[in-house]
Amino acid sequence: MTPDAAIARCRELIAEPLSAVADRWKAERPDGRVIGCYPVWAPAEVIHAAGMLPVSLLGGGTSVELTHADARFQSFVCSIAKSTLELGFQGRVAGVDGLVFSNICDVARNLGSIYRRNFPGTFVEYLHLPQNSTSSSVVPYLAAELRRLAAAFEAAFGLKVTEAALAAAIEAYDALRTRIRALYALRIAEPQKLGTTELYAILRAATLLPVAEATATLDALLPSVAARDARPRDRLRVVVEGAFCEQPPLGLLEVLEEAGCYVVEDDLLLGWRWYTADVGTDGDPFERLASAYVNLAVPSSTRHESRTHRATGLIEKVRRGRADAVVFMPAKFCEPALFDYVLMKQGLERAGIPHMLVEFEEKMWTFERTRNEIETFVESMLFE
Amino acid sequence: MAQPVTERAYQGRVHVESRRLMTAWMGELGRAEAAGQVTGALMISGNCVELLRACHVLPMFPEVTALQNAIRHKSLPLILKAEQAGYSSDNCAYVKADVGLVLEGGFGPGKALPFPNLIVCNYVGCNVYVKWFEHLADISGGRLFMLDVPFARTDAPSAADVRYVVQQLEELIALCESLTGRRFDIDELREILALSARAQDGYARCKHLTKRHPAPFDSYFDSINMMGPINVLRGTPEAAAFFDGAVAEFEALAAQGLGPLSEERFRTVVEGPPPYPFYKSFRNLFTRWGAVAVQSTYSTVGGIWEFGFRHDPRRPLESIAEQMLRENLTNRSIVARYAQIRRYVEEWEADALVIHSIKSCRLFSAGQGDMREHFIKDLGVPTLLVESDLEDPRYYAEAQIRNRVDAFFEALEHRKLVAAH
Repeated sequence: MTPDAAIARCRELIAEPLSAVADRWKAERPDGRVIGCYPVWAPAEVIHAAGMLPVSLLGGGTSVELTHADARFQSFVCSIAKSTLELGFQGRVAGVDGLVFSNICDVARNLGSIYRRNFPGTFVEYLHLPQNSTSSSVVPYLAAELRRLAAAFEAAFGLKVTEAALAAAIEAYDALRTRIRALYALRIAEPQKLGTTELYAILRAATLLPVAEATATLDALLPSVAARDARPRDRLRVVVEGAFCEQPPLGLLEVLEEAGCYVVEDDLLLGWRWYTADVGTDGDPFERLASAYVNLAVPSSTRHESRTHRATGLIEKVRRGRADAVVFMPAKFCEPALFDYVLMKQGLERAGIPHMLVEFEEKMWTFERTRNEIETFVESMLFE
Repeated sequence: MAQPVTERAYQGRVHVESRRLMTAWMGELGRAEAAGQVTGALMISGNCVELLRACHVLPMFPEVTALQNAIRHKSLPLILKAEQAGYSSDNCAYVKADVGLVLEGGFGPGKALPFPNLIVCNYVGCNVYVKWFEHLADISGGRLFMLDVPFARTDAPSAADVRYVVQQLEELIALCESLTGRRFDIDELREILALSARAQDGYARCKHLTKRHPAPFDSYFDSINMMGPINVLRGTPEAAAFFDGAVAEFEALAAQGLGPLSEERFRTVVEGPPPYPFYKSFRNLFTRWGAVAVQSTYSTVGGIWEFGFRHDPRRPLESIAEQMLRENLTNRSIVARYAQIRRYVEEWEADALVIHSIKSCRLFSAGQGDMREHFIKDLGVPTLLVESDLEDPRYYAEAQIRNRVDAFFEALEHRKLVAAH
């Protein structure tokens, strides 16, 4: 299969409602269970080790009109929270047996409990992921939290997570993440061969497939994308930052590229490529996963890291990606991204790195103003 | 509308004494830098002020600064200053007002409000706290300690949760010792916790007195006089004595059958923080209808004391951990708050629920439409939802809010009349 055809399949897959993804999985496994993972991070390994399919739960995008959720959440609440609840009201997550939320922000926190109240038949679990990054107690705490999740799966579905199964799951997801890192490295090296909307479609499709199938898809794609014949163009290399939860419309990412940018790094779907290296295979797998969450984590606006300044990780991304500038792309009303914008912007200015701000909403459908803004920014940089 | 309802001059010693204590504390903060006193910033929600006190670290609360500036109508220029520096109009205005104060030169070295030496982020539910204190540490250079408190997501805190918090408290003690050069004394903490428990007992007794008809004080608007002492000064002899006095004063009012208004026509439970820039105006909207808040959720952000929890000097660190984990409003889910409000409505015999939804604090507000749905449809409790902000005056639309309040109480009055016949 050509890379274009493979990527087209990924685009088809990510356009489907989660209920269709769940139905397909269950068609082959009548007793199968599917768990939706709300951004940013959820332990897909624990879900997989219980014999279930972890899938990303990323709101409704432009696929749902809000008819019920608007009455539950106010106008100043981000769209992904409302559209996620709406998915439930409209039956578009039927077949998804459970949802996992975590403490990424105050809205997500409230959404988890409100979802559970409105859909008492759905398994909903809330994880408290640690914000202390240096205490000697943090890894044992998080390991206990992951064991609690495993116990909840067993209580709800009768599916036990053994240490052996979890170790195998970690290995399987390490393999997938190695391929994802390779795709990102390829894009840094030759961004003309892999557009951001393409990479996004591949990665998002990987969050909907069983891990082995996702790994096989990426294995097939990597050499064929690398073999593409594409000439580099005179474009601005940029890092996109702030779109780690609510999903920017594909049209917005396309506009970014059409306006003259190569996106060489981003924080899209960050939780699915959370670790900077393999989690590894030594020792207790719960402890290992917990330790990796804290000590091998990519920089994220949803996690406090007291060992480095907020801007440090972003500046490293700029340098690693040989980027010329940063495009901040926070979702409307996203407090973690909007707060971090200030400290990151100040850090970039100290480092002499140009930046611009483009706010978005998942339901955004006209991009002309944004196109003008980006074009002006690109021109000012390229013809300086 | 029947006879006009008026507000009585009833606040007396509680109001005066609260102001005196809070002013004395602010004065102490103002002198701290010159005196070489180590200061430590904390957040109000589910705080561990007793521990800082036992470590001889003078506590300071950026939220109190923000609300004081709002109530004195000084918040908007500060917010605008922060927005010019890059903060979004969608960010919490409490944070922006404090950052604006730094930029305006009203907060920092040599000022009446010094930068804290230690910044203890008691992360108790509110994710903005994490950002706020990261920014404060970045601005001030103060030492940031992230005290991560697992959110209440099970029936009771697990042993792992308690262990995690206790261990962090021990690490915080060691950090305080290194900053102050003083050895921590667990017995001193026990004494402070005993004083704290006395203040908690007094606060709880006051809040139970609002079960009386009429309630002797407004548990939303007047609780502010007690929230300073209970959240900021807890663990001091002065705070304990303050609540002894408050109980005596409110008991006397209750015995005389006196409330804050000339007539108590409606008893409400209020959910959400008040609009500090328009505190009095907002209050007046309810006063004219004879509506008295007999309970409020906002008064429990620091701790929920009225249902019996007290710090236990015999188990000092565990007891502090339990309070942070469970016994405060903000570390509980919004749906758990429904149960708290329902209990208030039933046990305090309220006629209605008033939700004041504020843009700044999504912890409080995100999903309050669902709360309204639950109380109206599932429980049959008349519920009013109005929106503004606790700090940013741009979000307070007086005419619009007044229309909604008037329409609500007109309907409620009609309902009462129909029920009476």
